[in-house]
Amino acid sequence: MTRMGAIIVGLAAIAAIAAPFFLKPFGIFLISTWAVLTIAAIGLNLTLGYAGQISLAQGAFVGIGAYTVALLTPLGVPFFIAFFAAGLLCFAVGWLLGYPALRVQHHYLAFVTLAFTTLVFLVLRNEEWLTNGIYGITGTPRPTLLGWKTTAARDFYFLCLGVLAVLSFAIWWMLRSPWGRAFVALRENPIRALSLGLDTRRYTLMAFAIGSSLGGLSGALHAPLVQFIEPNSFALGLSFNLLLMVIVGGSGYFFGPFVGALIAVLLPEWLRITQGYYLLLYAAAIMVLMAFCPSGVLGLVERARIALVGRRKEPATSTLAEGAGP
Amino acid sequence: MASFIQLLVSGLATGAIYALIAVGFTLLWQTSQTINFAQGEFVMLPAFFVLAAMNAGAPFWLAALIGIAFSIVILGLLFKVVIVDPMLKYGVLPLVISTIALSLFLKESAKDFYSSQAQPFPALVPPTDVQIFEAVVSTQSLVVLAIAILTVVALNLLLNKTRVGRQMQATAQNPTLARILGIPVRLMVLYTFLLNAVLVAIASILVSPIYLAKFTNGETLGMAAFIAAIIGGFNQVRGAILGGVILGVLDNLSAAYISSQYRGAFPLIILIIVILFRPQGLLGRLEERTV
Amino acid sequence: MFRSGLIASCILAGVGVTSPVFAQSTVYIPAILELSGAGAVSGTNFRDGMLMAIDEINAKGGILGKKIETPLLDTQSDAGISRAQVQKVLDNKPYVIIGPVFSGSVLVDMLLTQQAEIPEIVGGEAAAITQKGNPYVFRTSFGQQFSMPKIANYMRDGIKAKTVGVLWVNNDFGKGGRDTFNKEMNARDIKVVADISTESGQADFSADVVKLKSANADAIFVYLNEEESARFLREARKQGLNKPLIGETTLLGQKVIDLAGGAANGVRGHVGLTIDAPIPAVQEFAERFKKRFNYACDHNGIKGYTGVYFIKHVTEKIGKFDSKAFAEAAHGITISPKDEPGILMEATWDKNGDIDRISFLGEVVDGKQKIVETLPKLGK
Repeated sequence: MTRMGAIIVGLAAIAAIAAPFFLKPFGIFLISTWAVLTIAAIGLNLTLGYAGQISLAQGAFVGIGAYTVALLTPLGVPFFIAFFAAGLLCFAVGWLLGYPALRVQHHYLAFVTLAFTTLVFLVLRNEEWLTNGIYGITGTPRPTLLGWKTTAARDFYFLCLGVLAVLSFAIWWMLRSPWGRAFVALRENPIRALSLGLDTRRYTLMAFAIGSSLGGLSGALHAPLVQFIEPNSFALGLSFNLLLMVIVGGSGYFFGPFVGALIAVLLPEWLRITQGYYLLLYAAAIMVLMAFCPSGVLGLVERARIALVGRRKEPATSTLAEGAGP
Repeated sequence: MASFIQLLVSGLATGAIYALIAVGFTLLWQTSQTINFAQGEFVMLPAFFVLAAMNAGAPFWLAALIGIAFSIVILGLLFKVVIVDPMLKYGVLPLVISTIALSLFLKESAKDFYSSQAQPFPALVPPTDVQIFEAVVSTQSLVVLAIAILTVVALNLLLNKTRVGRQMQATAQNPTLARILGIPVRLMVLYTFLLNAVLVAIASILVSPIYLAKFTNGETLGMAAFIAAIIGGFNQVRGAILGGVILGVLDNLSAAYISSQYRGAFPLIILIIVILFRPQGLLGRLEERTV
Repeated sequence: MFRSGLIASCILAGVGVTSPVFAQSTVYIPAILELSGAGAVSGTNFRDGMLMAIDEINAKGGILGKKIETPLLDTQSDAGISRAQVQKVLDNKPYVIIGPVFSGSVLVDMLLTQQAEIPEIVGGEAAAITQKGNPYVFRTSFGQQFSMPKIANYMRDGIKAKTVGVLWVNNDFGKGGRDTFNKEMNARDIKVVADISTESGQADFSADVVKLKSANADAIFVYLNEEESARFLREARKQGLNKPLIGETTLLGQKVIDLAGGAANGVRGHVGLTIDAPIPAVQEFAERFKKRFNYACDHNGIKGYTGVYFIKHVTEKIGKFDSKAFAEAAHGITISPKDEPGILMEATWDKNGDIDRISFLGEVVDGKQKIVETLPKLGK
């Protein structure tokens, strides 16, 4: 990371910690949503940006995580056990899904994960005995940790922020390790990586499973945040939204998900002033963004920096900006 | 037995519509690597062009032609030039995102600029019923089936018997080689987009009398298109047709004989099985991987 | 340095640190409705009825001299977003909140509005809404626990059915209705021999009609949304399904009749709110609505319209803008069109927030909805 980059990250961190003291409950709710969605987006970024696999299943994993917590906590299970259970369950499901699914090429994986998400939705909706079906589950309580009650908006936000920080650090450390470098090799050229002796399938599967478990952990926080979950929230719409976040932020950049989630959460709010046309403008804005900086906002920042400062270091970034098309 | 035939015939009629939509989708993918996630909304929209033309006073046949013309310009030409061309050099994924955003854009446009209510749409034939064996089919479904078959036959003739059609096929199979051979590749790709626009406009006019013109129509139709295209074979037009028909019939049979709550699940399960064990689809050719 | 400051202020502005200042001469009554997504039809109907009422009231000087200020917030038919919007308006201290229509969103919003002690005037019909002990929720139409017994009684006494088939749409509206209906059937010893779910937006009903035919029930209860009702009726007519088809407001509306053509003839059902009611005030309302908005409204439009007049009347009764006093005064109140023409039909609100009105048994004859019987209010 460059020095300028480090300064910006530091300032952003200070802003993130200070923000809830200046915001009303709705504002705090928004930034809590941002923190929770960023966790899911980081997971998808791992699968998509680093391992190069198009997954439309992240929404379903968020749902599985949310339902796990929402079903376990009323039974008396302490929150953090349910939290880890959500992550573990999604890791396992991700592994099982990925094992056969990752044998096929990229665009096919998109459709397999699309089908998977819809199937998960149908199960969540129809199996009323387990999930309370279409009526959803209300009132998941916010946890108390070592005496600290997180029921208030601000306290719960700090919980989300804390979890986000810990998970981000864990992923950053993982990416710096030899494992992480293998992921990048996979994305750039899977066949060449194979020829160098990498067990591509194993690594891709791991990336997919870890990405899925992050989705589950995000869902685990989503349930006590919104305190109402229903099958419709975790269908394809959420998967598309998360995909949008990762791409718009900058696929393959470490901070891409943070930026992407921020835009996804704030843009509709700003556009709400237009009273009803905001979804239209949101969609148009995304299309324009894609046309001008398909490597996302961070890709644009990167290009601006290079243009101003001159080439210094080759970042481990996505090949989306370079000609990877037919 | 009567009910089985009933389900089969209804399923074929619905499947014919899915087939039309899937064919256009497949063509776009073949020639320009465009996975058009807005294909469903492409089918939803032309109906509104027709309705708007009728509101302005045009008789139905004229409005239909106007609708097709608008579709060619907006969903064919503009789509290619404004959205696809600038994004193609960046690879598949940004284009996918753009088409996802486009589908949302088109949906909201229809809702905001026309109406959120479902609109009745004039049928091509008066709604009478016909007895076939022991099943009752509406003449409308028969007309849909007939027009769909005609369209496919015409398409096949176009692609195989005309020079332009064969050039389009060559572009789809190997654009680089096609260019070397002197085929105007960019023009061929444009033709594909225009062709898709015509197909979706026809599908829209066929489907809207039954579905009613509504801004949410694209969701189910789009999904059906993807599933049909993949089951049948992503790189063969015939495959898309087979996929559409299978989907239409399967949906009905599973809803009637297995479970109505999980009726949406069976096509998806078949989709997963096809992708895992025969990714080129039932009729498709195996795609080579380039290094 | 600059960049993060700029970003920060943009973010702060975006999340609403700077709150809007409302003029002293207006009262803040925000509306949270489904303006896009699956519920857009219901939400936009409700909104338009509501807007018409607000404009009428404001033209006459507003409520207690203050004009009504109603910003519209879209839930996108998602309960999570609905909850976020409620949080946002609660931050600005509303007097009363209007909406949403979707029962799922209502149930979630209630958690917040009950805590904040702000009354919520909702369009949802799920039974659960008034069963949670929330003293701040008020309906604008019958809960399913009121309408289903009426239909069940008709099944038992009018049709004398011993077996029944149920066709319902798989969303919280349809499932809630089906669950309540099945309960009423069990209570009357009528057997449910077919229980068929359909998807929202479904176009092909051939499989469902086939199943209903083979079940051979004495009567069929149809609980779908309007467009699906029309498609189902056509298919039923086509395949010759001859049993009595009984439904609710969504089956008998003029819109369904228009879309279904002749296939709707013979359909019967219970109608709570309809623009086809033989009440001059309602007919006249429908005319004005059509002239202003260019389409015929469904029962949601009536809900929106009468809901606003409900707020006006109760507020004038208590003489001040006090949210808690509103809730207290509204429980047990009966408003008659004599005192408040905008209420269109006499309505009583009970201690749970449920509404009681006369309703109708209708039948579709020759392409028009005919009221066969007027059913009195359940209470008093």
